[in-house]
Amino acid sequence: MAGADGDDSLYPIAVLIDELRNEDVQLRLNSIKKLSTIALALGVERTRTELLPFLTDTIYDEDEVLLALAEQLGNFTMLVGGPEYVHCLLPPLESLATVEETVVRDKAVESLRKISQEHSPVDLEVHFEPLVKRLASGDWFTSRTSACGLFSVCYPRVSSTVKAEIRQHFRTLCSDDTPMVRRAAASKLGEFAKVLELDYVKSDIISLFTALASDEQDSVRLLAVEACVSIATLLPQEDLESLVMPTLRQAAEDKSWRVRYMVADKFSELQKAVGPEITKNDLVPAFQNLLKDCEAEVRAAAANKVKEFCENLPEENREQIIMTHILPCVKELVSDTNQHVKSALASVIMGLSTILGKDNTIEHLLPLFLAQLKDECPEVRLNIISNLDCVNEVIGIRQLSQSLLPAIVELAEDAKWRVRLAIIEYMPLLAGQLGVEFFDEKLNTLCMAWLIDHVYAIREAATCNLMKLVEKFGAEWAQNTIVPKVLGMANDPNYLHRMTTLFCINALSEACGQDITTKQMLPVVLKMSNDQVANVRFNVAKSLQKIGPVLDSNALQTEVKPVLEKLATDTDMDVKYFAQEAISEMLFVVSS
Amino acid sequence: MDSGSQLLTDIISTVEFNHTGELLATGDKGGRVVIFQQEIENKNQPQFRSEYNVYSTFQSHEPEFDYLKSLEIEEKINKIRWLPQKNAAQFLLSTNDKTIKLWKISERDKRPEGYNLKEEDGRYKDPNAISGLRVPVLIPMDLMVEASPRRVFANAHTYHINSISVNSDDETYLSADDLRINLWNLEITDRSFNIVDIKPANMEELTEVITAAEFHPLQCNTFVYSSSKGTIRLCDMRASALCDRHSKLFEEPEDPSNRSFFSEIISSISDVKFSHNGRYMMTRDYLSVKIWDLNMENRPVETYQVHEYLRSKLCSLYENDCIFDKFECCWNGNDSVVMTGSYNNFFRMFDRGQRRDMTLEASRENSKPMQVLKTRKVCAGGKRKKDEISVDSLDFNKKILHTAWHPQDNIIAVATTHNLYIFQDKVN
Repeated sequence: MAGADGDDSLYPIAVLIDELRNEDVQLRLNSIKKLSTIALALGVERTRTELLPFLTDTIYDEDEVLLALAEQLGNFTMLVGGPEYVHCLLPPLESLATVEETVVRDKAVESLRKISQEHSPVDLEVHFEPLVKRLASGDWFTSRTSACGLFSVCYPRVSSTVKAEIRQHFRTLCSDDTPMVRRAAASKLGEFAKVLELDYVKSDIISLFTALASDEQDSVRLLAVEACVSIATLLPQEDLESLVMPTLRQAAEDKSWRVRYMVADKFSELQKAVGPEITKNDLVPAFQNLLKDCEAEVRAAAANKVKEFCENLPEENREQIIMTHILPCVKELVSDTNQHVKSALASVIMGLSTILGKDNTIEHLLPLFLAQLKDECPEVRLNIISNLDCVNEVIGIRQLSQSLLPAIVELAEDAKWRVRLAIIEYMPLLAGQLGVEFFDEKLNTLCMAWLIDHVYAIREAATCNLMKLVEKFGAEWAQNTIVPKVLGMANDPNYLHRMTTLFCINALSEACGQDITTKQMLPVVLKMSNDQVANVRFNVAKSLQKIGPVLDSNALQTEVKPVLEKLATDTDMDVKYFAQEAISEMLFVVSS
Repeated sequence: MDSGSQLLTDIISTVEFNHTGELLATGDKGGRVVIFQQEIENKNQPQFRSEYNVYSTFQSHEPEFDYLKSLEIEEKINKIRWLPQKNAAQFLLSTNDKTIKLWKISERDKRPEGYNLKEEDGRYKDPNAISGLRVPVLIPMDLMVEASPRRVFANAHTYHINSISVNSDDETYLSADDLRINLWNLEITDRSFNIVDIKPANMEELTEVITAAEFHPLQCNTFVYSSSKGTIRLCDMRASALCDRHSKLFEEPEDPSNRSFFSEIISSISDVKFSHNGRYMMTRDYLSVKIWDLNMENRPVETYQVHEYLRSKLCSLYENDCIFDKFECCWNGNDSVVMTGSYNNFFRMFDRGQRRDMTLEASRENSKPMQVLKTRKVCAGGKRKKDEISVDSLDFNKKILHTAWHPQDNIIAVATTHNLYIFQDKVN
């Protein structure tokens, strides 16, 4: 019957609508995520007149639900009847924009920005801009902070009278009583500047920028630094000196280390924005000061930028600037008292070798690398080792290998397991760069030793490491050097080591290929099915399942199946379980 | 209610007005927070008297067990601090010994009505009878006040948290325990920065602990912390990331004539509060209240004796542990009067400008509603006048540790052990 059909299709929607009010937040969330389904069923008019008003007022829900709602509404234009009616979406988004939860507010603002593009210029002035005005003059800080994110999207397409109003609102928010609002304004300053006409950038934005950069709240001043980058890119070169540089110089010497940190953090962007001339005259001395800052956090942030800064210096004077101004500071940092500073430096210092070339690297940089390779802090040493490829390009790694090996060994045996873990992760990279002979001679024993480390995470990483080495050096190398040792562990009195053999076999079988797996690895696995310890036996079952695809069907039928069947009758429950799992998986494989 | 029937969990442990004074929060030993709201009708009438009625009650903290140390963590609320209002809802931070929580208190006056598949009372309709879709509508309902925990800031303190303070930037706050002070961002619960650490490498060398800490009301980079040795350190967060080195050290040299076995104990500062204008700070030690000018480190600019008559009784106060009581203090809205509590349910007010002080009592017998409070006087020795009370008759179990002053008006909240009193300046 027609009625019954209608009911059937309505029922799921009815459920969804009712669940909008359900006590269980997961159900409400689910309904909100399917809001478009509900809207489609209701049709555009009922969506506009009933659904949206309901959603506008239910804003005392959980953050997740409100976040999902804010996101949905950004895509609702067609569901309310197209661009003609898109302004109906403004009321619910407006109330979401006043919620205290930042993520929800930000999403609401994002959605508002999205739908602003669908407003006609008339609608923009009639509906959107008044919303922005209301938010900007709202009582609550939250609405005023949201307003800051909306100025730039409506400005381009409105009339010049409205533009003047918008500029006025922005000015007011930049000097709002609450730091939260000033912070929002500061963080949107760059974006707003981009849509303004150049004259207004010079007249309005610069004064706002200068004011925010001298705000009494540290948190506002440091956001002005970010804005600095955007503003500098907008202005012609000749205006930078008078309009932007004084503020930037002030920031680089701010009393608050957090502001100086921000300058250090944004240094590369600033460098690009101000251009080579100002960089040479102003930024180089500023960078030096940051590298020598009294606060370690600032030095570390600056140290992180050393390579990038040097790379982006204009070619003609680059080497001279680096050698005269930057390198002396870098030398000091190598023996900094703070380990984070040294560590930050270690992660980028190797990159200088490509910039300075072979001779300078050998004379000036190599001693620094070696010094950091012997640093007491493991992280510093690790950062040097992880960046060896830069140096390899320029001077070849042999120069370092003398010092490298002791450093690697020391890290490999560090008392902290996370340090050991980190060096294992670099091992394939090092092996590739140092070559197979060096590796066999010096590093092989280390890799094997890790397999029997006390800490499981190390044994696991060591297994993975072996797999990567086999991928690099090939199955034949594996057969000669590591497979015998791995299989030898199958007789170790410690059951954990015997299990490690199985894990290695799991990892290596594919890389080693069918031949090695069938002839050398399989017999060992099968033998361990008689192990005394149940953990070993059930791992045998798991291993057989894992290496099964590498074996040929003959081996599977004649050798693997019987053993699995025997394990399926084992006294231990887990052994039985994994054996049965393996059997059902194998049967599938064999029959196909 | 007579004192015998009170539950122990009702002991009030903190009192705090919000920034407008419209709301007053109290925390108690049972981990509960009770918020009172001022009735603000007729505020401009000459006969205006404010009444504070219960607005919301919720359980903020529950008792917990630290498995690693085999210790119970009390649910007692040590401090409550309100956040400046940012939208229609109100927010406050409440803390016990280990965990700080951000609570949202919001009002709801509408509820949805209209189900598709069931009646309003929950009975399910016949699914085949559904012929159309119905969107719920919101209808007015009685005002409901809901409290919900928005953030939990846990696992950052090894020792007991004694203070929390919100920064003027509206973004960060500090929490202080005996040896460390941490800086938090209100949005981030899984990380905090340690900014002060006075733990010695060898715990046997420990001589001093942090007793209170507060951010400057206007300068986002300044905070102070007080110690058990009677010193206050002012730190500047701009100077360095770790504020172990103070910018200023406030300490009054000891008066040798007053030296006794108990000198160090009674010099321990139990509370420190900046004035509203940010130029002064007030500290409370066992016997006195001191006002310091932030520009002068070597002595306070004003000292007020709270209960000097106890100086000769320190020995017995030590024996009954009262010497370790931690009294708080507070400023009035324009920083002209300061207030602190004492024993026998007395509390003291000091008018800085007029150089007057007053002792008042918060108790049922002495204060009927709407009646003017009589001032009280303690007789230290010699002939006791009528209406005076002798030192030896003071009840040391009746202590007023927590007081608060409305940020603008002359309304005060005074907590005795189990009761909250709200007094208002008499209108003419």
